[in-house]
Amino acid sequence: MGSHSHSGRRQFLTGGAVAGFVAAAVRSVRGQTAAPEARPKDNLAYGQPSRFDNTIRRTTGRASAINDTALMTPLQDLDGVITPSSLHFLMDHVNGIPDIDPQQHRLLLHGMVDRPLSFTMDELKRLPSVSRVYFLECNANGRPLRGPSGDSVQLVHGRTSCSEWTGVLLSVLLKECGVQRGASWVVAEGSDANKYTMSIPLGKATDDILVAYSQNGEPVRPQQGYPLRLVVPGWEAIRAVKWLSRIKVADQPIMSWHESGNNADTAADGKGLWFRFELGPKSVITRPSGGQRLPGPGFYEITGLAWTGGGAVRRVDVSTDGGRTYKEAELQQPVFRYAHTRFRFPWTWNGDEAVLQSRCIDERGEVQPTIAEAAKNMGVTTDYFYEADHFNGIQPWKVSRDGSIHNAIV
Amino acid sequence: MRSSRLLAAAIALSAWTTVLAQGPTYRLGTTPSEAEIKARDTAVSPDGKGLPPGNGTATAGATVYAQKCVACHGPNAAGTTLARALVPLGNAKPVKLSWSLVPYATTVWDFINRAMPKTKPGSLTADEVYAVTAWVLYRNDIIKETDVLDAQSLPLIRMPHRDNFFPAQPGWKPMAKRPLGYYP
Repeated sequence: MGSHSHSGRRQFLTGGAVAGFVAAAVRSVRGQTAAPEARPKDNLAYGQPSRFDNTIRRTTGRASAINDTALMTPLQDLDGVITPSSLHFLMDHVNGIPDIDPQQHRLLLHGMVDRPLSFTMDELKRLPSVSRVYFLECNANGRPLRGPSGDSVQLVHGRTSCSEWTGVLLSVLLKECGVQRGASWVVAEGSDANKYTMSIPLGKATDDILVAYSQNGEPVRPQQGYPLRLVVPGWEAIRAVKWLSRIKVADQPIMSWHESGNNADTAADGKGLWFRFELGPKSVITRPSGGQRLPGPGFYEITGLAWTGGGAVRRVDVSTDGGRTYKEAELQQPVFRYAHTRFRFPWTWNGDEAVLQSRCIDERGEVQPTIAEAAKNMGVTTDYFYEADHFNGIQPWKVSRDGSIHNAIV
Repeated sequence: MRSSRLLAAAIALSAWTTVLAQGPTYRLGTTPSEAEIKARDTAVSPDGKGLPPGNGTATAGATVYAQKCVACHGPNAAGTTLARALVPLGNAKPVKLSWSLVPYATTVWDFINRAMPKTKPGSLTADEVYAVTAWVLYRNDIIKETDVLDAQSLPLIRMPHRDNFFPAQPGWKPMAKRPLGYYP
């Protein structure tokens, strides 16, 4: 009894006599030395934005014991579809960002497989890789906010970001291991202090999940999972396990705290909603948006982002009269599946009150609902969404005669 | 129409079998030792597989709580600004707080085991994890103060909210229409 101390195990994982020997013996084909010297990243070695530019992540400032860190992407200041890695949203459910030496890092695959395997980072990079543009969105993103926080697209919708991820398809790794009959789930675990854990159906794991080591062309940032992150296209980003170090093939989900309790919602009848995975069709106008002010009547290009867990955005409609009439917006090409899609729409403001909003229709034909329609679909009142996840309602921004813009969601 | 659907199903099925059946192509990676797998495979699923030997009661758990948990979770598990309350955790009345909806006692054990205490995650012994889990469940009126939790008894506990969940089936199919009421 009482023999279950973890300190020995942790030492085994992070300490490194054995791992160091392997790293020294197997030299990288990419020509990296076993222990690259850390160089300071000054403004010449690693470029910085202009000192006049203040495009940064922000937090709602609401004290929360559940989430230590919540930093939202400044969607109103960004263009195109790629989020700079340094501005990728951060919504952490872990106990600090681990400082991982990639030479010591291993990805272990085991469980219901014919051949358990352990991969070094160098071995993973030797496997066939793919680069794909995918968004990651927190399941709580877009939850309506009241008060000053609700008047900013950054604070309401900034828990979504889009990157070009490069890595090995999980299906390739599973094939190397040989998945056994009867398996139906994979359980992915990170090597943060809490060993964050998530379950994913095998069907998705063998479909398009990526084991990514690169984000926007450079190594994944520590805040985003360095050196390895699971990227699960179109699904709530809580599935995208950071600092990925273990994948167990199983015949049942693990029902980890973060998937069975902490991220379950209650339905109208009081039942818990588990494993909702896919995100619905969604869009938001990022400019002009809440908290901004139009200097006067005249021409403004309306622009924003659309995305969906259902694959590709097929169409985005924009309304300047609060949804009474919609016109089709122009989509920036190419449109990537499971990626942010930029839309643009010409608008001349005549100085009267206006309500700007956008509506996403995805390749499945699913249409982004208004908050009233979403409430009807769920059998709840609109207040429900202030505390629930997976809300994908239309976001109206009201332009007043003085040019000020406010959140007009009920 | 029908034949194309059949063809699509056949292609999907063959892709599936390919993944399951084929041998390794690239022959990279190394075979981990049984000891390494065992050391790292610490997550515990609802069936209780993987629970280590050891045991504990709420009485013993009160001592562990006072030593290692009270600083953040507060006296009587009421929560502080540092950490959430531990009551309610799985009470029978649906509460619009997702973290009150824990469906399995193994989930409580697993999270305490991997993540607590925050200052030194993973430092509790198996006995301490069983004991403090028992104390939390006792404070939530789920078990009695003297009930002994171990690898056999823990998975048998029925959390009050257990039947208030949609089943844990993946139910996922690519491009399937999502049911209203489950999604907005």
